[in-house]
Amino acid sequence: MNPLPDGLILVAKRGCPTCTLVEPLAAELAGSGPLTVYVQDDPAYAGGVAGVVDDRSLEHSYRLNIEVVPTLIRVENGREVARTYGWHRDDWRSLSGLDALGEGLPALRPGCGSKTLDPGVAEELALRFGDVRFASREVTLGDEEDAIEACHQRGWTDGLPVVPPTRERVLRMLAGTTRKPDEVLGMAPPDLAPCTVEKVAINAVMAGCKPEYLPIVLAAVEAALVDEFGMHGVLCTTMFAGPVVIVNGPAARAVGMNSGVNALGQGNRANASIGRALQLVIRNVGGGRPGEVDRATLGNPGKLSFCFAEAEDSGWDSLAVERGFGAGASTVTLFAGEGVQGIVDQKSRTPESLAKSFALCLRAVDHPKLAMAGDAVLVVSPEHSRVFIQAGWSKARLLDELTALLTFDADDMLAGAGGIAEGLPAALAGKKVPKFRPGGLLIVRAGGSAGLFSAVIAGWAASGPTGSTPVTREIAS
Amino acid sequence: MTQQTILLDPTAERAPSARPRLARPAQLDGLTVGLLDISKARGNVFLDRLDERLSGMGIAVKRYKKPTFTRVAPTLLKQQIAGECQVVVEGLAD
Repeated sequence: MNPLPDGLILVAKRGCPTCTLVEPLAAELAGSGPLTVYVQDDPAYAGGVAGVVDDRSLEHSYRLNIEVVPTLIRVENGREVARTYGWHRDDWRSLSGLDALGEGLPALRPGCGSKTLDPGVAEELALRFGDVRFASREVTLGDEEDAIEACHQRGWTDGLPVVPPTRERVLRMLAGTTRKPDEVLGMAPPDLAPCTVEKVAINAVMAGCKPEYLPIVLAAVEAALVDEFGMHGVLCTTMFAGPVVIVNGPAARAVGMNSGVNALGQGNRANASIGRALQLVIRNVGGGRPGEVDRATLGNPGKLSFCFAEAEDSGWDSLAVERGFGAGASTVTLFAGEGVQGIVDQKSRTPESLAKSFALCLRAVDHPKLAMAGDAVLVVSPEHSRVFIQAGWSKARLLDELTALLTFDADDMLAGAGGIAEGLPAALAGKKVPKFRPGGLLIVRAGGSAGLFSAVIAGWAASGPTGSTPVTREIAS
Repeated sequence: MTQQTILLDPTAERAPSARPRLARPAQLDGLTVGLLDISKARGNVFLDRLDERLSGMGIAVKRYKKPTFTRVAPTLLKQQIAGECQVVVEGLAD
Protein backbone atom coordinates (compact mmCIF):
# COMPACT_ATOMS: atom_id res chain seq x y z
CA MET A 1 0.00 0.00 0.00
CA ASN A 2 1.18 3.52 -0.77
CA PRO A 3 2.10 5.72 2.20
CA LEU A 4 -0.71 7.86 3.52
CA PRO A 5 -1.10 11.25 1.83
CA ASP A 6 0.18 14.02 4.08
CA GLY A 7 -2.29 16.58 5.35
CA LEU A 8 -5.88 15.79 6.28
CA ILE A 9 -7.93 12.73 5.38
CA LEU A 10 -11.71 12.87 5.65
CA VAL A 11 -13.68 9.63 5.33
CA ALA A 12 -17.41 10.08 4.80
CA LYS A 13 -20.57 8.62 3.31
CA ARG A 14 -23.51 10.51 1.85
CA GLY A 15 -26.00 8.36 3.72
CA CYS A 16 -24.78 9.68 7.07
CA PRO A 17 -26.54 12.89 8.26
CA THR A 18 -23.45 14.01 10.17
CA CYS A 19 -21.34 13.61 7.03
CA THR A 20 -23.88 15.76 5.21
CA LEU A 21 -23.66 18.30 8.01
CA VAL A 22 -19.89 18.63 7.64
CA GLU A 23 -19.88 18.42 3.82
CA PRO A 24 -19.62 22.20 3.39
CA LEU A 25 -16.49 22.23 5.57
CA ALA A 26 -14.52 20.19 3.01
CA ALA A 27 -13.76 23.28 0.93
CA GLU A 28 -12.53 25.13 3.99
CA LEU A 29 -10.32 22.20 5.01
CA ALA A 30 -8.96 21.99 1.48
CA GLY A 31 -8.10 25.65 1.59
CA SER A 32 -5.89 25.20 4.63
CA GLY A 33 -3.66 22.47 3.17
CA PRO A 34 -3.66 19.14 1.40
CA LEU A 35 -6.95 17.25 1.85
CA THR A 36 -8.00 13.80 0.69
CA VAL A 37 -11.69 12.89 0.96
CA TYR A 38 -12.56 9.19 0.74
CA VAL A 39 -16.28 8.77 0.05
CA GLN A 40 -17.84 5.37 0.67
CA ASP A 41 -21.04 5.75 -1.32
CA ASP A 42 -21.39 8.88 -3.48
CA PRO A 43 -18.42 10.23 -5.46
CA ALA A 44 -20.31 13.53 -5.83
CA TYR A 45 -19.90 14.19 -2.11
CA ALA A 46 -18.00 17.42 -1.46
CA GLY A 47 -18.35 18.25 -5.15
CA GLY A 48 -15.84 20.78 -6.42
CA VAL A 49 -13.24 19.97 -3.83
CA ALA A 50 -10.03 18.56 -5.26
CA GLY A 51 -8.84 15.34 -3.65
CA VAL A 52 -12.19 13.57 -3.47
CA VAL A 53 -11.58 9.84 -3.98
CA ASP A 54 -14.31 7.35 -4.85
CA ASP A 55 -13.95 4.67 -2.18
CA ARG A 56 -16.99 2.59 -3.02
CA SER A 57 -14.65 -0.41 -3.10
CA LEU A 58 -13.97 0.50 0.57
CA GLU A 59 -10.28 -0.32 0.14
CA HIS A 60 -9.07 2.93 1.69
CA SER A 61 -11.66 2.82 4.45
CA TYR A 62 -10.64 -0.76 5.22
CA ARG A 63 -6.92 0.04 5.28
CA LEU A 64 -7.54 3.07 7.49
CA ASN A 65 -9.55 0.85 9.84
CA ILE A 66 -12.50 3.24 9.78
CA GLU A 67 -15.31 2.36 12.18
CA VAL A 68 -17.31 5.59 12.19
CA VAL A 69 -17.97 8.25 9.58
CA PRO A 70 -17.09 11.03 9.36
CA THR A 71 -13.52 10.35 10.46
CA LEU A 72 -10.91 13.10 10.22
CA ILE A 73 -7.25 12.08 10.27
CA ARG A 74 -4.08 14.17 10.30
CA VAL A 75 -1.10 12.62 8.52
CA GLU A 76 2.48 13.91 8.78
CA ASN A 77 5.38 12.34 6.89
CA GLY A 78 3.16 9.49 5.77
CA ARG A 79 2.10 8.57 9.29
CA GLU A 80 -1.13 9.15 11.13
CA VAL A 81 -0.65 11.52 14.06
CA ALA A 82 -4.23 12.33 15.09
CA ARG A 83 -7.79 11.10 14.45
CA THR A 84 -11.31 12.13 15.45
CA TYR A 85 -14.65 10.71 14.43
CA GLY A 86 -18.19 12.03 14.42
CA TRP A 87 -18.49 15.81 14.54
CA HIS A 88 -16.79 17.27 17.61
CA ARG A 89 -16.22 20.91 16.77
CA ASP A 90 -13.31 21.46 19.15
CA ASP A 91 -11.53 18.30 18.02
CA TRP A 92 -11.96 19.20 14.36
CA ARG A 93 -10.64 22.70 15.01
CA SER A 94 -7.60 21.51 16.86
CA LEU A 95 -6.89 18.74 14.33
CA SER A 96 -7.25 21.06 11.33
CA GLY A 97 -5.71 24.14 12.94
CA LEU A 98 -8.73 26.17 11.75
CA ASP A 99 -9.93 28.10 14.80
CA ALA A 100 -13.28 29.14 13.29
CA LEU A 101 -14.14 25.84 11.58
CA GLY A 102 -17.82 24.95 11.75
CA GLU A 103 -18.96 28.19 13.35
CA GLY A 104 -22.73 28.00 13.47
CA LEU A 105 -22.82 24.19 13.51
CA PRO A 106 -23.82 22.37 16.67
CA ALA A 107 -20.90 21.54 18.96
CA LEU A 108 -21.35 17.83 18.68
CA ARG A 109 -23.04 15.28 16.45
CA PRO A 110 -22.27 11.57 16.62
CA GLY A 111 -21.35 9.87 13.35
CA CYS A 112 -22.66 6.74 11.69
CA GLY A 113 -21.21 3.27 11.23
CA SER A 114 -18.67 2.93 8.44
CA LYS A 115 -19.82 0.84 5.47
CA THR A 116 -16.82 -1.39 6.12
CA LEU A 117 -18.72 -2.71 9.12
CA ASP A 118 -21.99 -3.44 7.34
CA PRO A 119 -23.07 -7.05 7.93
CA GLY A 120 -21.08 -9.47 5.81
CA VAL A 121 -18.81 -6.76 4.39
CA ALA A 122 -15.92 -7.06 6.85
CA GLU A 123 -15.03 -10.62 5.76
CA GLU A 124 -15.24 -9.69 2.08
CA LEU A 125 -12.86 -6.76 2.61
CA ALA A 126 -10.49 -8.82 4.73
CA LEU A 127 -10.29 -11.37 1.90
CA ARG A 128 -9.85 -8.74 -0.80
CA PHE A 129 -7.49 -6.32 0.90
CA GLY A 130 -6.21 -8.05 4.03
CA ASP A 131 -3.67 -10.83 4.47
CA VAL A 132 -6.11 -13.68 5.05
CA ARG A 133 -4.61 -17.03 4.07
CA PHE A 134 -6.36 -20.37 4.29
CA ALA A 135 -4.43 -23.59 4.47
CA SER A 136 -7.25 -25.46 2.77
CA ARG A 137 -7.35 -25.95 -0.95
CA GLU A 138 -9.58 -23.61 -2.92
CA VAL A 139 -12.09 -25.31 -5.19
CA THR A 140 -13.26 -23.07 -8.01
CA LEU A 141 -16.66 -23.99 -9.35
CA GLY A 142 -17.62 -23.82 -12.98
CA ASP A 143 -19.62 -20.81 -14.11
CA GLU A 144 -22.78 -22.84 -14.54
CA GLU A 145 -22.33 -24.97 -11.44
CA ASP A 146 -24.82 -24.63 -8.61
CA ALA A 147 -22.85 -24.42 -5.37
CA ILE A 148 -25.15 -26.68 -3.37
CA GLU A 149 -25.27 -29.29 -6.12
CA ALA A 150 -21.49 -29.06 -6.45
CA CYS A 151 -21.12 -30.02 -2.78
CA HIS A 152 -23.36 -33.05 -3.35
CA GLN A 153 -21.43 -34.07 -6.45
CA ARG A 154 -18.09 -33.86 -4.68
CA GLY A 155 -19.35 -36.22 -1.99
CA TRP A 156 -19.14 -33.65 0.81
CA THR A 157 -22.65 -34.03 2.19
CA ASP A 158 -24.53 -36.42 4.43
CA GLY A 159 -27.30 -36.63 1.86
CA LEU A 160 -28.92 -33.33 2.81
CA PRO A 161 -27.88 -30.01 1.25
CA VAL A 162 -25.00 -28.20 2.95
CA VAL A 163 -24.20 -24.51 3.12
CA PRO A 164 -21.47 -23.98 0.50
CA PRO A 165 -18.24 -23.23 2.41
CA THR A 166 -17.18 -19.97 0.78
CA ARG A 167 -14.11 -18.20 2.11
CA GLU A 168 -16.26 -15.41 3.52
CA ARG A 169 -18.39 -17.85 5.50
CA VAL A 170 -15.39 -19.76 6.79
CA LEU A 171 -13.66 -16.54 7.86
CA ARG A 172 -16.83 -15.52 9.72
CA MET A 173 -17.01 -18.97 11.32
CA LEU A 174 -13.40 -18.77 12.48
CA ALA A 175 -14.23 -15.53 14.30
CA GLY A 176 -16.30 -17.72 16.63
CA THR A 177 -13.16 -19.03 18.34
CA THR A 178 -9.92 -17.57 19.66
CA ARG A 179 -8.11 -20.72 18.59
CA LYS A 180 -5.70 -20.55 15.67
CA PRO A 181 -6.94 -22.03 12.37
CA ASP A 182 -3.86 -24.23 12.03
CA GLU A 183 -4.21 -25.81 15.48
CA VAL A 184 -4.46 -29.58 15.09
CA LEU A 185 -7.17 -31.05 17.30
CA GLY A 186 -6.13 -34.62 16.63
CA MET A 187 -6.16 -37.24 13.93
CA ALA A 188 -9.58 -37.84 12.39
CA PRO A 189 -10.48 -41.46 11.79
CA PRO A 190 -10.71 -43.56 9.77
CA ASP A 191 -7.99 -42.04 7.58
CA LEU A 192 -6.20 -40.55 10.61
CA ALA A 193 -5.94 -37.22 8.82
CA PRO A 194 -4.82 -34.18 10.84
CA CYS A 195 -7.96 -32.30 11.86
CA THR A 196 -7.35 -28.56 12.15
CA VAL A 197 -9.58 -25.83 13.55
CA GLU A 198 -9.89 -24.54 9.97
CA LYS A 199 -11.19 -27.87 8.65
CA VAL A 200 -13.69 -28.03 11.50
CA ALA A 201 -14.81 -24.47 10.70
CA ILE A 202 -15.36 -25.39 7.04
CA ASN A 203 -17.50 -28.36 8.00
CA ALA A 204 -19.35 -26.29 10.63
CA VAL A 205 -20.27 -23.82 7.88
CA MET A 206 -21.56 -26.68 5.78
CA ALA A 207 -23.58 -28.08 8.68
CA GLY A 208 -25.35 -24.73 9.13
CA CYS A 209 -23.66 -23.62 12.36
CA LYS A 210 -23.45 -20.04 13.53
CA PRO A 211 -19.93 -18.90 14.46
CA GLU A 212 -20.94 -18.84 18.13
CA TYR A 213 -21.47 -22.62 17.99
CA LEU A 214 -17.90 -23.28 16.88
CA PRO A 215 -16.40 -23.69 20.40
CA ILE A 216 -18.98 -26.41 21.11
CA VAL A 217 -18.27 -28.12 17.79
CA LEU A 218 -14.53 -27.98 18.50
CA ALA A 219 -15.03 -29.58 21.91
CA ALA A 220 -17.20 -32.29 20.36
CA VAL A 221 -14.58 -33.01 17.70
CA GLU A 222 -11.83 -33.11 20.32
CA ALA A 223 -13.88 -35.58 22.36
CA ALA A 224 -14.42 -37.73 19.27
CA LEU A 225 -10.69 -37.83 18.61
CA VAL A 226 -9.82 -39.02 22.12
CA ASP A 227 -8.73 -42.65 21.96
CA GLU A 228 -11.18 -43.83 24.65
CA PHE A 229 -14.13 -42.72 22.57
CA GLY A 230 -13.02 -45.07 19.82
CA MET A 231 -14.48 -43.08 16.96
CA HIS A 232 -12.95 -45.44 14.40
CA GLY A 233 -14.85 -48.37 15.86
CA VAL A 234 -18.05 -46.37 16.31
CA LEU A 235 -17.84 -45.51 12.63
CA CYS A 236 -16.92 -48.88 11.17
CA THR A 237 -19.12 -51.11 13.32
CA THR A 238 -21.93 -53.03 11.69
CA MET A 239 -24.03 -51.97 14.70
CA PHE A 240 -26.21 -48.90 14.99
CA ALA A 241 -24.12 -46.42 16.96
CA GLY A 242 -23.09 -42.89 16.13
CA PRO A 243 -21.80 -40.07 18.32
CA VAL A 244 -24.48 -38.53 20.55
CA VAL A 245 -23.51 -35.04 21.76
CA ILE A 246 -24.78 -33.92 25.17
CA VAL A 247 -24.00 -30.32 26.11
CA ASN A 248 -23.98 -28.88 29.64
CA GLY A 249 -23.49 -25.48 31.19
CA PRO A 250 -23.83 -21.83 30.25
CA ALA A 251 -22.46 -22.37 26.72
CA ALA A 252 -25.50 -24.44 25.82
CA ARG A 253 -27.89 -21.78 27.08
CA ALA A 254 -25.90 -18.95 25.48
CA VAL A 255 -26.35 -20.32 21.98
CA GLY A 256 -29.98 -21.25 22.58
CA MET A 257 -29.64 -25.01 22.56
CA ASN A 258 -32.81 -26.94 23.20
CA SER A 259 -33.08 -29.00 26.37
CA GLY A 260 -36.86 -28.69 26.62
CA VAL A 261 -39.80 -29.49 24.36
CA ASN A 262 -38.71 -31.96 21.65
CA ALA A 263 -35.11 -31.85 22.97
CA LEU A 264 -34.16 -35.02 21.09
CA GLY A 265 -36.01 -33.95 17.97
CA GLN A 266 -35.79 -31.48 15.15
CA GLY A 267 -36.25 -27.73 14.95
CA ASN A 268 -33.41 -26.16 16.93
CA ARG A 269 -30.56 -24.83 14.81
CA ALA A 270 -27.83 -25.28 17.42
CA ASN A 271 -28.82 -28.85 18.31
CA ALA A 272 -29.20 -29.85 14.68
CA SER A 273 -26.11 -28.22 13.25
CA ILE A 274 -23.61 -28.96 16.04
CA GLY A 275 -24.28 -32.68 15.88
CA ARG A 276 -24.23 -32.55 12.10
CA ALA A 277 -20.91 -30.68 12.03
CA LEU A 278 -19.22 -33.45 14.00
CA GLN A 279 -20.53 -36.07 11.58
CA LEU A 280 -19.41 -34.02 8.57
CA VAL A 281 -15.91 -33.75 10.05
CA ILE A 282 -15.75 -37.52 10.35
CA ARG A 283 -17.05 -37.89 6.81
CA ASN A 284 -14.94 -35.26 5.11
CA VAL A 285 -11.75 -34.93 7.13
CA GLY A 286 -11.69 -38.51 8.38
CA GLY A 287 -13.00 -40.01 5.16
CA GLY A 288 -15.65 -42.05 6.98
CA ARG A 289 -18.45 -42.75 4.54
CA PRO A 290 -21.34 -45.22 4.69
CA GLY A 291 -20.75 -48.28 2.58
CA GLU A 292 -17.01 -47.69 2.69
CA VAL A 293 -15.50 -47.77 6.19
CA ASP A 294 -18.90 -47.17 7.81
CA ARG A 295 -20.31 -50.72 7.65
CA ALA A 296 -23.50 -50.23 9.68
CA THR A 297 -26.12 -52.85 8.94
CA LEU A 298 -28.95 -50.42 9.64
CA GLY A 299 -27.45 -47.29 11.21
CA ASN A 300 -29.84 -44.88 12.87
CA PRO A 301 -31.29 -41.49 11.91
CA GLY A 302 -29.22 -39.85 14.65
CA LYS A 303 -26.16 -40.37 12.47
CA LEU A 304 -27.25 -37.24 10.62
CA SER A 305 -27.15 -35.36 13.91
CA PHE A 306 -27.88 -36.30 17.51
CA CYS A 307 -27.18 -33.43 19.87
CA PHE A 308 -29.06 -31.91 22.79
CA ALA A 309 -28.53 -30.02 26.03
CA GLU A 310 -29.30 -31.21 29.54
CA ALA A 311 -32.19 -29.41 31.27
CA GLU A 312 -30.15 -28.73 34.37
CA ASP A 313 -32.07 -28.52 37.62
CA SER A 314 -30.80 -27.42 41.01
CA GLY A 315 -32.35 -30.56 42.51
CA TRP A 316 -30.07 -32.87 40.52
CA ASP A 317 -26.37 -32.81 39.72
CA SER A 318 -25.76 -32.16 36.05
CA LEU A 319 -23.97 -34.68 33.86
CA ALA A 320 -20.98 -32.30 33.83
CA VAL A 321 -20.78 -32.30 37.63
CA GLU A 322 -21.22 -36.07 37.78
CA ARG A 323 -18.33 -36.39 35.40
CA GLY A 324 -16.04 -34.29 37.55
CA PHE A 325 -16.45 -30.75 36.26
CA GLY A 326 -17.47 -27.63 38.20
CA ALA A 327 -21.10 -26.58 38.46
CA GLY A 328 -20.43 -23.58 36.19
CA ALA A 329 -18.43 -25.48 33.59
CA SER A 330 -19.60 -25.87 30.02
CA THR A 331 -18.93 -29.31 28.67
CA VAL A 332 -19.60 -31.65 25.80
CA THR A 333 -20.12 -35.33 26.55
CA LEU A 334 -19.89 -37.74 23.67
CA PHE A 335 -21.73 -41.04 23.85
CA ALA A 336 -21.74 -43.77 21.23
CA GLY A 337 -25.49 -44.15 21.00
CA GLU A 338 -28.25 -45.68 18.95
CA GLY A 339 -31.82 -44.52 18.62
CA VAL A 340 -34.39 -43.42 21.16
CA GLN A 341 -36.59 -45.93 22.96
CA GLY A 342 -39.46 -44.29 24.81
CA ILE A 343 -40.47 -45.18 28.36
CA VAL A 344 -44.16 -44.56 28.95
CA ASP A 345 -45.08 -44.59 32.65
CA GLN A 346 -47.98 -42.32 33.45
CA LYS A 347 -49.03 -43.99 36.68
CA SER A 348 -45.97 -44.15 38.95
CA ARG A 349 -46.05 -41.49 41.64
CA THR A 350 -43.33 -42.90 43.87
CA PRO A 351 -39.61 -43.10 43.09
CA GLU A 352 -39.61 -46.83 43.85
CA SER A 353 -42.27 -47.58 41.26
CA LEU A 354 -40.76 -45.33 38.62
CA ALA A 355 -37.25 -46.70 39.16
CA LYS A 356 -38.60 -50.21 38.61
CA SER A 357 -40.24 -49.05 35.37
CA PHE A 358 -36.97 -47.56 34.21
CA ALA A 359 -35.07 -50.72 35.10
CA LEU A 360 -37.51 -52.91 33.21
CA CYS A 361 -37.15 -50.80 30.09
CA LEU A 362 -33.36 -50.49 30.42
CA ARG A 363 -33.11 -54.25 30.51
CA ALA A 364 -34.01 -54.32 26.81
CA VAL A 365 -30.79 -52.51 25.79
CA ASP A 366 -29.12 -54.74 23.16
CA HIS A 367 -31.25 -57.70 24.23
CA PRO A 368 -32.91 -58.53 27.56
CA LYS A 369 -30.65 -61.56 27.81
CA LEU A 370 -27.40 -59.66 27.31
CA ALA A 371 -25.45 -57.75 29.97
CA MET A 372 -22.36 -55.54 30.22
CA ALA A 373 -22.38 -55.05 26.47
CA GLY A 374 -23.90 -51.70 25.58
CA ASP A 375 -23.90 -48.64 27.84
CA ALA A 376 -27.03 -46.49 28.00
CA VAL A 377 -28.16 -42.95 28.58
CA LEU A 378 -31.38 -42.63 30.53
CA VAL A 379 -33.06 -39.35 29.61
CA VAL A 380 -35.44 -38.40 32.42
CA SER A 381 -38.13 -35.87 31.61
CA PRO A 382 -39.00 -33.04 34.01
CA GLU A 383 -42.29 -34.65 35.09
CA HIS A 384 -40.51 -37.90 35.86
CA SER A 385 -37.52 -36.23 37.52
CA ARG A 386 -39.93 -34.35 39.78
CA VAL A 387 -41.08 -37.66 41.26
CA PHE A 388 -37.51 -38.34 42.39
CA ILE A 389 -36.52 -34.82 43.36
CA GLN A 390 -39.62 -34.29 45.51
CA ALA A 391 -38.93 -37.57 47.29
CA GLY A 392 -35.36 -36.48 47.96
CA TRP A 393 -33.73 -38.89 45.52
CA SER A 394 -30.59 -37.45 44.00
CA LYS A 395 -29.42 -38.59 40.58
CA ALA A 396 -26.75 -40.63 42.33
CA ARG A 397 -29.42 -42.32 44.46
CA LEU A 398 -31.46 -43.16 41.37
CA LEU A 399 -28.36 -44.61 39.74
CA ASP A 400 -27.65 -46.74 42.81
CA GLU A 401 -31.23 -48.01 42.92
CA LEU A 402 -31.18 -48.79 39.19
CA THR A 403 -27.87 -50.60 39.55
CA ALA A 404 -29.45 -52.82 42.21
CA LEU A 405 -32.60 -53.37 40.18
CA LEU A 406 -30.53 -54.19 37.12
CA THR A 407 -28.50 -56.97 38.75
CA PHE A 408 -29.82 -60.31 37.61
CA ASP A 409 -29.34 -64.02 38.03
CA ALA A 410 -27.27 -65.03 35.05
CA ASP A 411 -29.07 -68.35 34.87
CA ASP A 412 -32.16 -66.67 33.42
CA MET A 413 -30.04 -65.01 30.75
CA LEU A 414 -27.78 -67.84 29.60
CA ALA A 415 -27.64 -68.75 25.94
CA GLY A 416 -30.53 -71.10 25.30
CA ALA A 417 -32.48 -70.12 28.43
CA GLY A 418 -36.14 -69.49 27.73
CA GLY A 419 -35.79 -71.23 24.38
CA ILE A 420 -33.73 -68.34 23.00
CA ALA A 421 -30.28 -69.12 21.65
CA GLU A 422 -28.99 -65.61 22.32
CA GLY A 423 -27.71 -65.00 25.83
CA LEU A 424 -24.79 -64.95 28.24
CA PRO A 425 -22.01 -67.56 28.15
CA ALA A 426 -22.49 -70.72 30.21
CA ALA A 427 -19.45 -69.77 32.32
CA LEU A 428 -21.64 -67.23 34.13
CA ALA A 429 -24.05 -69.91 35.38
CA GLY A 430 -24.94 -69.47 39.05
CA LYS A 431 -23.62 -65.90 39.16
CA LYS A 432 -25.21 -62.47 39.48
CA VAL A 433 -24.58 -60.09 36.59
CA PRO A 434 -25.06 -56.34 36.33
CA LYS A 435 -26.87 -55.20 33.20
CA PHE A 436 -24.40 -52.36 32.73
CA ARG A 437 -20.68 -52.23 33.37
CA PRO A 438 -19.68 -49.80 36.16
CA GLY A 439 -20.00 -46.27 34.75
CA GLY A 440 -22.00 -47.57 31.83
CA LEU A 441 -25.31 -45.93 32.72
CA LEU A 442 -25.58 -42.15 32.39
CA ILE A 443 -28.60 -40.17 33.56
CA VAL A 444 -29.54 -36.88 31.92
CA ARG A 445 -32.54 -34.65 32.52
CA ALA A 446 -34.21 -33.22 29.40
CA GLY A 447 -37.56 -32.68 27.77
CA GLY A 448 -40.68 -30.59 27.80
CA SER A 449 -42.55 -29.82 31.00
CA ALA A 450 -45.57 -31.95 30.09
CA GLY A 451 -45.40 -35.72 29.66
CA LEU A 452 -44.72 -38.60 32.00
CA PHE A 453 -42.29 -40.06 29.50
CA SER A 454 -38.57 -40.68 29.61
CA ALA A 455 -36.24 -42.32 27.12
CA VAL A 456 -33.42 -44.79 26.78
CA ILE A 457 -30.61 -44.11 24.34
CA ALA A 458 -28.94 -47.47 24.04
CA GLY A 459 -25.20 -47.51 23.52
CA TRP A 460 -22.94 -49.47 21.25
CA ALA A 461 -22.85 -53.13 22.23
CA ALA A 462 -19.06 -52.82 22.37
CA SER A 463 -19.15 -50.19 25.10
CA GLY A 464 -16.24 -49.88 27.51
CA PRO A 465 -12.48 -50.04 27.05
CA THR A 466 -12.66 -52.50 24.16
CA GLY A 467 -14.97 -50.25 22.16
CA SER A 468 -16.21 -46.84 23.22
CA THR A 469 -16.23 -45.07 26.56
CA PRO A 470 -18.15 -41.79 27.00
CA VAL A 471 -15.79 -38.81 26.89
CA THR A 472 -16.40 -35.33 28.35
CA ARG A 473 -14.48 -32.22 27.31
CA GLU A 474 -14.72 -28.70 28.63
CA ILE A 475 -15.74 -26.12 26.03
CA ALA A 476 -12.98 -23.53 25.50
CA SER A 477 -13.51 -20.15 23.86
CA MET B 1 -22.91 -15.45 -16.33
CA THR B 2 -22.66 -15.68 -12.57
CA GLN B 3 -19.79 -14.57 -10.39
CA GLN B 4 -17.15 -17.25 -9.93
CA THR B 5 -17.67 -19.20 -6.73
CA ILE B 6 -14.71 -20.39 -4.71
CA LEU B 7 -15.24 -22.95 -1.96
CA LEU B 8 -12.77 -24.21 0.62
CA ASP B 9 -12.16 -27.93 0.51
CA PRO B 10 -13.69 -29.58 3.63
CA THR B 11 -11.75 -32.82 3.15
CA ALA B 12 -8.28 -33.99 4.11
CA GLU B 13 -7.34 -33.31 0.46
CA ARG B 14 -6.16 -36.82 -0.26
CA ALA B 15 -7.82 -36.83 -3.68
CA PRO B 16 -7.29 -34.35 -6.54
CA SER B 17 -9.78 -31.47 -6.50
CA ALA B 18 -10.59 -32.08 -10.16
CA ARG B 19 -12.75 -35.17 -10.24
CA PRO B 20 -11.32 -37.87 -12.51
CA ARG B 21 -13.45 -39.35 -15.28
CA LEU B 22 -14.80 -42.81 -14.64
CA ALA B 23 -12.30 -45.42 -15.71
CA ARG B 24 -13.00 -46.81 -19.18
CA PRO B 25 -13.57 -50.57 -19.34
CA ALA B 26 -10.63 -52.51 -20.76
CA GLN B 27 -12.96 -54.68 -22.80
CA LEU B 28 -16.67 -54.89 -23.60
CA ASP B 29 -17.23 -58.62 -23.01
CA GLY B 30 -20.27 -59.13 -20.83
CA LEU B 31 -21.23 -55.45 -20.84
CA THR B 32 -24.23 -53.85 -22.46
CA VAL B 33 -23.51 -50.90 -24.74
CA GLY B 34 -26.20 -48.24 -25.11
CA LEU B 35 -26.31 -46.30 -28.36
CA LEU B 36 -28.02 -42.95 -27.79
CA ASP B 37 -29.34 -41.14 -30.85
CA ILE B 38 -29.70 -37.49 -29.86
CA SER B 39 -32.04 -36.88 -32.83
CA LYS B 40 -29.54 -34.88 -34.80
CA ALA B 41 -29.30 -35.45 -38.54
CA ARG B 42 -27.32 -38.50 -39.60
CA GLY B 43 -26.28 -39.45 -36.08
CA ASN B 44 -28.21 -42.65 -36.74
CA VAL B 45 -25.91 -43.53 -39.64
CA PHE B 46 -22.94 -43.53 -37.30
CA LEU B 47 -24.80 -45.44 -34.59
CA ASP B 48 -26.20 -48.01 -37.05
CA ARG B 49 -22.66 -48.83 -38.14
CA LEU B 50 -21.50 -49.11 -34.53
CA ASP B 51 -24.47 -51.36 -33.79
CA GLU B 52 -23.51 -53.57 -36.71
CA ARG B 53 -19.87 -53.82 -35.62
CA LEU B 54 -20.59 -54.38 -31.92
CA SER B 55 -23.36 -56.90 -32.53
CA GLY B 56 -21.05 -58.69 -34.91
CA MET B 57 -18.59 -59.04 -32.07
CA GLY B 58 -21.30 -60.61 -29.92
CA ILE B 59 -21.65 -57.57 -27.64
CA ALA B 60 -25.10 -56.69 -26.31
CA VAL B 61 -26.37 -53.41 -27.73
CA LYS B 62 -29.43 -51.38 -26.81
CA ARG B 63 -30.71 -48.40 -28.78
CA TYR B 64 -32.14 -45.20 -27.31
CA LYS B 65 -33.28 -41.90 -28.73
CA LYS B 66 -33.69 -38.45 -27.27
CA PRO B 67 -36.83 -36.62 -28.42
CA THR B 68 -34.75 -33.62 -29.54
CA PHE B 69 -31.09 -32.63 -29.56
CA THR B 70 -32.00 -29.16 -28.31
CA ARG B 71 -32.76 -30.29 -24.78
CA VAL B 72 -31.09 -32.53 -22.23
CA ALA B 73 -32.34 -36.10 -22.13
CA PRO B 74 -35.54 -36.67 -20.11
CA THR B 75 -34.87 -38.00 -16.61
CA LEU B 76 -36.75 -41.24 -17.30
CA LEU B 77 -34.57 -41.94 -20.33
CA LYS B 78 -31.38 -41.25 -18.35
CA GLN B 79 -32.54 -43.56 -15.57
CA GLN B 80 -33.45 -46.25 -18.09
CA ILE B 81 -30.03 -46.10 -19.76
CA ALA B 82 -28.23 -46.11 -16.41
CA GLY B 83 -30.23 -49.16 -15.35
CA GLU B 84 -29.70 -51.14 -18.54
CA CYS B 85 -26.18 -50.30 -19.75
CA GLN B 86 -22.63 -50.06 -18.50
CA VAL B 87 -21.34 -48.11 -21.49
CA VAL B 88 -23.02 -45.44 -23.61
CA VAL B 89 -22.06 -43.99 -26.98
CA GLU B 90 -23.89 -41.01 -28.38
CA GLY B 91 -23.59 -39.52 -31.82
CA LEU B 92 -22.86 -35.87 -31.23
CA ALA B 93 -22.00 -34.31 -34.56
CA ASP B 94 -23.76 -34.12 -37.93
